[in-house]
Amino acid sequence: MDMKSRKKRRNVGVIGVGQTKHSSHREDVNQPEMVFEAVREALDDAGISMDDIDCVVHGNMELFEMIHQPDLWHELGTGSLGKTAFRLTTGGTTGATLFCAADNLVASGMYDVVMAIGFEKLQEGNTTAGITNMADPLWTRNLQTGALTGTCAYDVIQEFGEERAKRASMMYRVIMDKHAMLNPKAHRQFGLEFDQIDYLMEHSAKLVGELRIIHMCSQSDGACAVILASEDKAAKLGKKPPVWVRDHITIHREETFNILGYDNRYPVEMTHKVAARELYRRNGITNPLEYFDVFEMYDPSSWWGLDWIRDFFMLEGDEHLRLVENKEIMIGGRMPINPSGGVIATNPIGATALIRPAEAVLQIRGDAGPHQIPGPVRHGLASGFGGTMWTVLIMLEKDLDWEQESRP
Amino acid sequence: MGTRVAICAVAQIKNEPDIWYMRFQGMLLECLESIIAATGVTFDKEKGIRDIVTCSDDVFDARTISDNGMTDVVGAHYRGEEKIAQDGLNALGYAMACILSGHDDVVLFMGHCKESQSESRHMCTNLAYDPFYCRPVGLDFLTANALQARAYAAKTGLTDRHLAEIVVRSRRNAAKNPYARDNKMVTHEEVMESPYLADPIRELHYYPVTDWAVGMLLSCEERAYEFTDRPVWITGFGNCMDRYFIGERDLASPMSLKKAAARAYAMAGIEDPARDIDLFELNDACAHHLPLIAEGIGIVPEGKGPAWIEEGGPDKQNVNLSGGMLNGNPIMLGGVARAVEAYLQLRGEAGQRQVEGARRALAHGSTGGAGQHQTVVILEK
Repeated sequence: MDMKSRKKRRNVGVIGVGQTKHSSHREDVNQPEMVFEAVREALDDAGISMDDIDCVVHGNMELFEMIHQPDLWHELGTGSLGKTAFRLTTGGTTGATLFCAADNLVASGMYDVVMAIGFEKLQEGNTTAGITNMADPLWTRNLQTGALTGTCAYDVIQEFGEERAKRASMMYRVIMDKHAMLNPKAHRQFGLEFDQIDYLMEHSAKLVGELRIIHMCSQSDGACAVILASEDKAAKLGKKPPVWVRDHITIHREETFNILGYDNRYPVEMTHKVAARELYRRNGITNPLEYFDVFEMYDPSSWWGLDWIRDFFMLEGDEHLRLVENKEIMIGGRMPINPSGGVIATNPIGATALIRPAEAVLQIRGDAGPHQIPGPVRHGLASGFGGTMWTVLIMLEKDLDWEQESRP
Repeated sequence: MGTRVAICAVAQIKNEPDIWYMRFQGMLLECLESIIAATGVTFDKEKGIRDIVTCSDDVFDARTISDNGMTDVVGAHYRGEEKIAQDGLNALGYAMACILSGHDDVVLFMGHCKESQSESRHMCTNLAYDPFYCRPVGLDFLTANALQARAYAAKTGLTDRHLAEIVVRSRRNAAKNPYARDNKMVTHEEVMESPYLADPIRELHYYPVTDWAVGMLLSCEERAYEFTDRPVWITGFGNCMDRYFIGERDLASPMSLKKAAARAYAMAGIEDPARDIDLFELNDACAHHLPLIAEGIGIVPEGKGPAWIEEGGPDKQNVNLSGGMLNGNPIMLGGVARAVEAYLQLRGEAGQRQVEGARRALAHGSTGGAGQHQTVVILEK
């Protein structure tokens, strides 16, 4: 049988989203209590109770808090008692994986209403030690510096020159902070101004090469919950119009830090680029920059955020730099990126990649509050990042009006 | 679009106490190569495997993102990969959703665990408990199971001799299973004299430290015969979460097990499991689990587990002919090992253990101390 005839079995919509206020120290709550805050908000947002939920999907990374299979303890806060319950983890992409899993579980017809819950309480562990521990103990762990990777800064500087690259990356950083200042849930809100760019370029402490502390994402405590429902259930239950999950793709790459150098016979293409190309092809998107109205990107540092715009929108040359330099990625710009402030502002890792589609949903509904982008928002894009350059890319729609394109 | 999902191939290595000579990547690669050889499946983006579901655990691998070390050996380079971080039997339910949703035609499942790598597996499972109340008092999966064994014995009159019979039978069955961990045969007396790990659980009542890896190829109904002429169908899936605090649970008669079974039966259209199912593989990490789970899934009347053992019930109803988890499968994969045995039986490939004419089987898995989370899968020929 030809695979291309297969389509999504039934439509799935997001009917509720919830987040905690993210912060560096949530010492006032334990993990299940913190998770409960997001669950409560998501249920209230959807106008439903736990009785309406069939299945709970939970995820985070165990070694950050040293809790083995924390969904067992978190039963106290997730409301999974007596429910079907899955636990999925894929590193930084975990939150996005939870979202995709919830979509699959509903679309399959096995469950009508599924809640995805991601959390992290990074205060309770050592994040960089945790991430370093992902590297192979024999080959690459000694080279690992957690998520602190300076190579992207090096690459951008090589391509565009030191002055322009450093300025664009710091411009990206200030824009993200300006967005975070508008988001009451965001963790770090510094109040940076554009006239501080020169100062920060010189004086922010260096972490690795040109990756400076101001460029890097935070370590946050926080949780996010998203409720997905079948088209029928969404019509019956949701108090707000559902936001539809059009498609999603996951692309991983094998563990290779290229310590022996690159070989042109085996090109190592960025997974963001592969994911975007495949997803747009099977959905007939030829100009993503025109098509999408908002993009919530998993941007772990302003160097990566800057560089990855090119991959996700399939841009050429310095188009991505110009988008940033011309402030086109700002709220009100041509392609608003991370109106929430993004990952640099807020990063409870197991929740981070779930906050991305959650924030895109708020934007599409027009419910984002002070960081709502002006104008109609019909098409949303959300990404997750993790592992050794892994990508999850999710397409969200305001209306059920797209052609069910052939797969894959 | 079909409504059934097929298991088209299964590959495993032998369960061993300590695979010191191979890293988990090597163990998985053997399984992957075996599946490719058996089915001819490719990683072609149009017709082959695009998405992989894995099962492993960060704490037991002592590695953040344990699936990060295996992307290449499960074929996930530029493909999708998602890790189930609970008993791998749940991966069958999730893979089923991936296929029934229309998102995937074929899904590769790969699981591994090397319990031998940890200094103490009880220290690992102690980490499953909250650091405030339960962890400091020493709860881990063994001690939680011991409290459950005590509760079940108090309710049903289960004795040390019943437990010994379960262990002796497990080893006898496992001796006929070439992939089972090699254990020495034991007598009832040896079991009853083995030292206590956590009263009333003795050393021989508890599954031994084991390393193992396994793989499966799952497919949509329309394409199953491209990969095999004898697909085994997943027709029922159910899982359920129970309460965290064990004092709030009915340990001897778990609600989550009954609900998980009821969900799987409803999906598969089973009314009377004892009548409608030909063989049962139950995830018995400890000896007392065998009768307790048999009650929970409804093939033995409530509280009658010990009498069922005395009357040779497990043999009559074809329960754990593989030797069960009790003979040795690693944590995370106990339920998957049950599904593997069910698959072999339904294909008629179970060798000396073969149940003639088996058409429908039940595989059970559990996660957490005293089975806080329970999973039941129905497989059919």
